[in-house]
Amino acid sequence: MHKILIVGEHDGKTLNQATAKCVTCAKGIADGEITIAVLGADTTAVASQAAGLSGVKSVLRIDRPENAHPLAAVFAPQLVAVAADFSHVFGPSTSFGKDLMPRIAALLGVPQVSDLMAVEGPFKFRRPIFAGNAIITVEADPAVKLIATVRVASFEAAASGGNGSIQPMQVSAVLPTHTRYVGAKSGSTDRPDLQTAARVISGGRALGSAENFKLLFSLADKLGAAVGASRAAVDAGYAANEMQVGQTGKIISPEVYIAVGISGAIQHLTGIKDARTIVAINKDAEAPIFEVADIGLVGDLFQVVPELEKLIAKG
Amino acid sequence: MKKIMVCIKRVVDYTVRVRVKPDGSGVMLDGVKMSVNPFDEIALEEALRIKERGTGIEVLAVSIGVADAQQQLRTALAMGADRAILVQTDAVVEPLTAARTFLAITKKENPDLILLGKQAIDDDANQTGQMLATLWERPQATYASKVEIADSKATVTREVDAGLETIEVDLPAVITVDLRLNEPRYVKLPDIMKAKKKPLDMTNLDALGVSSGALLKTVKTDPPAQRQKGVIVKDVNELVEALKKKGLL
Repeated sequence: MHKILIVGEHDGKTLNQATAKCVTCAKGIADGEITIAVLGADTTAVASQAAGLSGVKSVLRIDRPENAHPLAAVFAPQLVAVAADFSHVFGPSTSFGKDLMPRIAALLGVPQVSDLMAVEGPFKFRRPIFAGNAIITVEADPAVKLIATVRVASFEAAASGGNGSIQPMQVSAVLPTHTRYVGAKSGSTDRPDLQTAARVISGGRALGSAENFKLLFSLADKLGAAVGASRAAVDAGYAANEMQVGQTGKIISPEVYIAVGISGAIQHLTGIKDARTIVAINKDAEAPIFEVADIGLVGDLFQVVPELEKLIAKG
Repeated sequence: MKKIMVCIKRVVDYTVRVRVKPDGSGVMLDGVKMSVNPFDEIALEEALRIKERGTGIEVLAVSIGVADAQQQLRTALAMGADRAILVQTDAVVEPLTAARTFLAITKKENPDLILLGKQAIDDDANQTGQMLATLWERPQATYASKVEIADSKATVTREVDAGLETIEVDLPAVITVDLRLNEPRYVKLPDIMKAKKKPLDMTNLDALGVSSGALLKTVKTDPPAQRQKGVIVKDVNELVEALKKKGLL
């Protein structure tokens, strides 16, 4: 049997859906037993959400004031202590997991497999390299603990309806004080989350200004969609950094992705490959985005987007 | 602040569309353009800006890789690094091995700050900085979009999924940099000439006591699944119809 520990991601109130996707990945390991660890100042709410995920046997709660913010240097030694009984430790390939998991691996002196996209065996996985231009199959040594991050766009979220046990846990670990949380600034939160939204509309450099991005927000509100951006649009200051989709931004897998004024650099395409349907609106018929689009419309976005919004409003 | 170490990786240039070898044994790298990993270039630029704001700060560029990685270190010297070290090896260097190697250099050099890219654009692993910080038993600040150094501390704004987060770390520390930290400078011809005279020392994994053995086995390399070619619609009405047909509206 393989005992798999998943590091739960949450904001103190809500368990991030990335955790449910890690559960689905872990279920791909035959004969696995899944435990989720949640660290926080008070994990009452998120622990019960984690225990409710189908396929989760138990949830370990590690509550202490130092865990109020997810600092990798503070979390890692605690998770190493917890991981003693496990063969696998998974975290999501989000900024949280990518920051944290290598610290666990290094404390254990073992390698990490990043961005699992498919499970081929308990220690054999597929993962993308070169911005997704190649997929490698890697095999890890079964004699050491397997540390990995899970590419969340590759897995569906595990359903609810589970009934795992919840156990509070005391962990003895020396926590460093050399790293301190100062504060956070997040963008608008009344729209769907980019990483989990079923519909996403993204804008590129062709939008021309932050002001013009309002066109996309307006359409997104009609569709209940999240709004993303290409790197070029973020670099130009038209959109916030957390909106970036691509190799070095967010990798997403919505039902429908509408790319507006995005030419489709390979680094951007790697972030949207798993979208069910890709729609491209671009005035350049030669733009590489049309090579991956399921539905393409060659036209001026400043005419197309408002017209599309009007038609959708009509129903 | 006396010394900043910057880790530089030689990678396939970001403009190259990498292709998988037909026999699945890897990707085709013969004759492709090689460059400094773009994130490491941003890390170096940040080190140079900190150096230029202060006095008496040395910037050391370190790379691990084939003999030709000297080219990327010469680029780093031309940008303004004071000296460079290449840990020469023909082996594929995994992140943990890279971290152990940089740690060995770190213990000799005692930098106050280590800067490197958040990931290399070849293996996309996003591990080396975090592992180096851990092995060094020092703090890490990953995905930096703003770095302020004062009183033996660094205040770092980080690009995280929810937006921006600020943390404070005691120095020495490892900072991994994100895209929007700065725009690296262009190298001018006189600087390239000057860089030829700057010291570039060679060492190897054996001399540093680091094992180069593979920790993970790459069984095969496949091209990614291709998406089916789609349709081009001629106007917004057709677009809406097409979306409705797929049940998306």
